[in-house]
Amino acid sequence: MVILKAERIRKVFNGTVALDNVSFELKKGEVLGVIGPNGAGKTTLIHILLGLITPDEGYVEVFGKDLKKNRAEILHHVNFASNYVSLPLSLTPWENLLVYALVYNVNHPEKRCREVLELFELTDVSNRPSRRLSSGQMMRLALAKCMINDPQILLLDEPAASLDPEIALRIRKLLRRMCIEKGVSIIYTSHNLRDIEEISDRILFLEKGKIVAIEEKSVLIQRYGTLEGFFFRSLYDEF
Amino acid sequence: MNFKRVGAVVIRQAFLYRRSFARILEVFYWPAIDILLWGFVTVYLLRSSKELPPFVSFFLGALILWDILFRAQQGISLSFLEDIWARNLVNVFISPLTISEYLLGLILVSVLKVIIAFFMMSFIAGILYSFNIFKMGLSLLPLTVNLVAMGWSIGIITVSLILRFGQEAEVLAWALAFLFMPFSAVFYPVDTLPGFLRVIAMIIPSSYSFEAMRIVINGSPFPFKLMLTAAVLNGIYILISLRIFYQSWRNALERGTIPKIGE
Repeated sequence: MVILKAERIRKVFNGTVALDNVSFELKKGEVLGVIGPNGAGKTTLIHILLGLITPDEGYVEVFGKDLKKNRAEILHHVNFASNYVSLPLSLTPWENLLVYALVYNVNHPEKRCREVLELFELTDVSNRPSRRLSSGQMMRLALAKCMINDPQILLLDEPAASLDPEIALRIRKLLRRMCIEKGVSIIYTSHNLRDIEEISDRILFLEKGKIVAIEEKSVLIQRYGTLEGFFFRSLYDEF
Repeated sequence: MNFKRVGAVVIRQAFLYRRSFARILEVFYWPAIDILLWGFVTVYLLRSSKELPPFVSFFLGALILWDILFRAQQGISLSFLEDIWARNLVNVFISPLTISEYLLGLILVSVLKVIIAFFMMSFIAGILYSFNIFKMGLSLLPLTVNLVAMGWSIGIITVSLILRFGQEAEVLAWALAFLFMPFSAVFYPVDTLPGFLRVIAMIIPSSYSFEAMRIVINGSPFPFKLMLTAAVLNGIYILISLRIFYQSWRNALERGTIPKIGE
């Protein structure tokens, strides 16, 4: 079942083509790993899927509805975390989560805050100003905020960049479990190809704003051995 | 419009102020310093010249009412800047919170800031200078409502300019209101201004509020006509500022600048 559909997305910034004719679908319960070199358009794509940037051409449909026309309704069931976006450092994790629980109109907001704090092992630091958290704890807080509304679609931009390997592994397992048990769909970007290889069902390779490949992970692995092999092969073929 | 989400914007600011001494100072410190400093200056001038008795009342009244306008403007623009400084803007705008709900939340924050500053300044003026602004009675209400409305217009335009030009425009949060001050005839009557500046004053709503304040303090009947003119002008200002705001929001989405603001 298709839950998100991007159709012929094109975006140009000051004459530079950031995305060109990008079309793909995301299925329910699927993890789509988005890879590509710096400047490939990964983050722009995520921002367009979140309604934060309007595409010049094309459209995005989420749950069968046009994102532009049904922004608030759709975003109620979507969430996002990025290594490049923070939460207010003056607020405690508890306060930050409570604010977003209210923004997302969550039932029993305090109970939900306790649950996600526990899920990301932040209960002990929940009343400490967020500025006193380590970068790994801050990323876990961002992920906790991301789960506050029990989203059906998660957009994660380099979520594991500040996490130590053990926590990163546990979070990837948690995300996989959410896909299987709750049917959550995830779009996951990372420069760490091993992360992507481990978590994704399908891979979307972007380069210079265009889709170079979109394929089942198993097919790519069979063909290239590893995702790394596929990545470099695709790049070198360009040169 | 979902009022729970609007409330979340207000609660977020309340959490911020609860935990930050510097921000609490910003609400209390500057209004207190203003009223202390300029209050004593007027008392000194009064002692120097016996012909100035209403001057103290004019000056203190103007000081308190100008602060209402300034706080109303800052309540909107600084709260918006807080989300930029915290790199939280993306989280706000990828949530179901609509831009109108967000703006209404900022407006409510500004109301709270205005109430705090107004009562604190009035209290200090009452204790130190025996100036009771509440003697103006019900006239005070349309005066303050008009000034708050103008503060909102300036605040909304400030936010629009930050959306358009990025964080570099943040200086406007402190500067833009003062651009209107000379033409608002805050501390002097409009007829003090030279002819061409009087024309500018005529299209600035706050100039009517300050003229009205002086008339009321002098004991003359409440100038309905002036207040009505101010209200009409404020209506136009708010409509124009909202138009600019929504246009800036759409432009920011098209130009993809929101994720970059504050980077």
